[in-house]
Amino acid sequence: MAEFLQFLFSGLTVGATYALVALGFAIIYNASGVINFAQGEFVMAGGMASAFLVAAGVPLPLAVITAVAAGVAIGVALEKFAIEPARGAPVVTLIIITIGASIAIRGVAQLLLGKQFHTVPPFTGDHPIVIGGATILPQSLWVLGASIAVVIGLSAFFSRSKLGKAMLATANNRHAAQLVGINVRFILLLSFGLSALLGAVAGVLISPITLTSYDVGIMVGLKGFAAAMLGGLGNGVGAIAGGLLLGLAEALGAGYLSSAYKDVIAFVIILAVLVFMPGGLFGKVSAERV
Amino acid sequence: MRSPLLRALIGAAVLSLVAGAAAAEPPTIKIGSFLSVTGPAAFLGDPEEKTLKLYVEKLNKAGGVIGRKLELVVYDDAGDSDKARTFAKRLIDQDKVDVIIGGTTTGTTMAAVPLAEQAGMPLISLAGAVVIVEPVKKWVFKTPHTDRMACEKIFADLKARGVAKIGMIAGAGGFDRSMRQECLKVADKYGISIVADESYGAKDSDMTAQLTKIKNTAGVQAVVNPGFGQGPAIVTKNFRQLGMTMPLYQSHGVASKEFIKLAGEASEGVRLPAAALLVADILAANDPQKAVVAGYKKEYEAKYGSDVSTFGGHAYDGLFLAVEAIKRANSTDKGKVRDALEATKGYVGTAGIVNMSATDHMGLDLTAFRMLEVKKGNWTLVK
Repeated sequence: MAEFLQFLFSGLTVGATYALVALGFAIIYNASGVINFAQGEFVMAGGMASAFLVAAGVPLPLAVITAVAAGVAIGVALEKFAIEPARGAPVVTLIIITIGASIAIRGVAQLLLGKQFHTVPPFTGDHPIVIGGATILPQSLWVLGASIAVVIGLSAFFSRSKLGKAMLATANNRHAAQLVGINVRFILLLSFGLSALLGAVAGVLISPITLTSYDVGIMVGLKGFAAAMLGGLGNGVGAIAGGLLLGLAEALGAGYLSSAYKDVIAFVIILAVLVFMPGGLFGKVSAERV
Repeated sequence: MRSPLLRALIGAAVLSLVAGAAAAEPPTIKIGSFLSVTGPAAFLGDPEEKTLKLYVEKLNKAGGVIGRKLELVVYDDAGDSDKARTFAKRLIDQDKVDVIIGGTTTGTTMAAVPLAEQAGMPLISLAGAVVIVEPVKKWVFKTPHTDRMACEKIFADLKARGVAKIGMIAGAGGFDRSMRQECLKVADKYGISIVADESYGAKDSDMTAQLTKIKNTAGVQAVVNPGFGQGPAIVTKNFRQLGMTMPLYQSHGVASKEFIKLAGEASEGVRLPAAALLVADILAANDPQKAVVAGYKKEYEAKYGSDVSTFGGHAYDGLFLAVEAIKRANSTDKGKVRDALEATKGYVGTAGIVNMSATDHMGLDLTAFRMLEVKKGNWTLVK
């Protein structure tokens, strides 16, 4: 039982990270139909920025907030300078632009911040807490707690605020939203900023547990995408469910089956979803009227 | 200056000066290198590159080797074996180097070995696995201790502590897999049985699942983690996170302050076999390696402001073994240099005292390894 609990804890912790990344994919996909493959780089930016600020002597809370702000700035810059100029292009082109952007961001990070791995001090120490025979780090509780807070904040934003409703409207029907007077270009900018916020928060939370370096974005981005697909691309609840499920599947698979194939699980899931259930768990398969 | 004759004379004088200057410079000795300066093996490859640059510059300032200057050509393979192979080919065919020092990892080295053998190029590897020099290949040498020696040193220490059952957790890289194999092979000799055997991927960020499995295996008394790079740092952190208090042994793949920095407090009490270089300050004054390791430590730290690691030390040994061989052969003829390398005897390096032979292209024995323990963020010698 203790063993299962241990796998559960580590699975939920890493799953929460995937959930935040998957939510980021969902928001941008909803606003523009683009799958932003630079999502993982936002996570890297949050983690690396906080590592560097702390190493430069900035107190941890300020470093965390600044790092998240830096991530948002990168997201907004990505939209402004890479996506918006190519506005009229087909979606596939935009997706490829995001792939190019992710490579560029990684290159800049490597040049500016170096190639080594870095640590970030945990928010409230790293003395493990024992629950039911299994241990959990205080940082894991931060990851879970902050993720829940972010999700609640997001759902309040979408259901209560005018801007949030405008985003939902744009996601539903872009032309109708434009006709009603919603500034669709600003919505797109906001969606990138919001996704970057989610990614950077995930990066800042998880870096004290894992380490961070200039290329952590690749795997995190791909697995977040797998989680988004699992939950149904574009579906917020699906993204969260997909992320948690993927994290759990990885931990339980590594624990009970074989630890050598941990990475394979995420990619097998993408294949299985695409073949058997393209709509994901919560999504609908869309049909186009010709 | 109107006279054409005067102009012609001046032109000829300038030309002869230039030609004279060019002809006076003998051809440089080209040292080629492919290292993993970036990527998962960055904390091995980065000090290796820095060391090579530092000492090539120093040797050139002192007049070069056999009256010729050294020229260093370094490529970064980022830990990728395919890139390593491409760079090795470039060094051999295009840059036409005289000797190659590299790769940083077992994977990158083995990718280049067939090329070196085919081209008759002396290759001095900086990687750990025993497969590099066993079976012996004519043109391939290596400076670090082998993974088998690491296993033997660890098992001897475990036996002395009365441990009979251990769990192993290894990464997916060439060195990790090789060391795991070697440990499985030599365990019986020391009365050790391996009751748990887990693995993790190169870019994994969480090993708690695997460690939990080991923790819950009956009778486990200690854990050995063959690996290098960030994997062992995460394993060490997870180890403490799970509240595991049994002895944890790392390999010499983490013999760098970077490991202690990354693993933080979790590294307290971790033991590993490593070269005397890491404890240069506390070596006895009459230790045969004291002068070499203390000198290298001082020069490296003065130039780069960061702590020495055994990996930079391996590059130091590689460079000086090559330089000594070139001096003894008094030429850069690859065959002669290879023969001189094989005849190296009594070379005192950072890794130990090197005695090569036709059947031993590494030249170190178990005394070259010291058992270290991390105490309060620093290396200490285990007596």
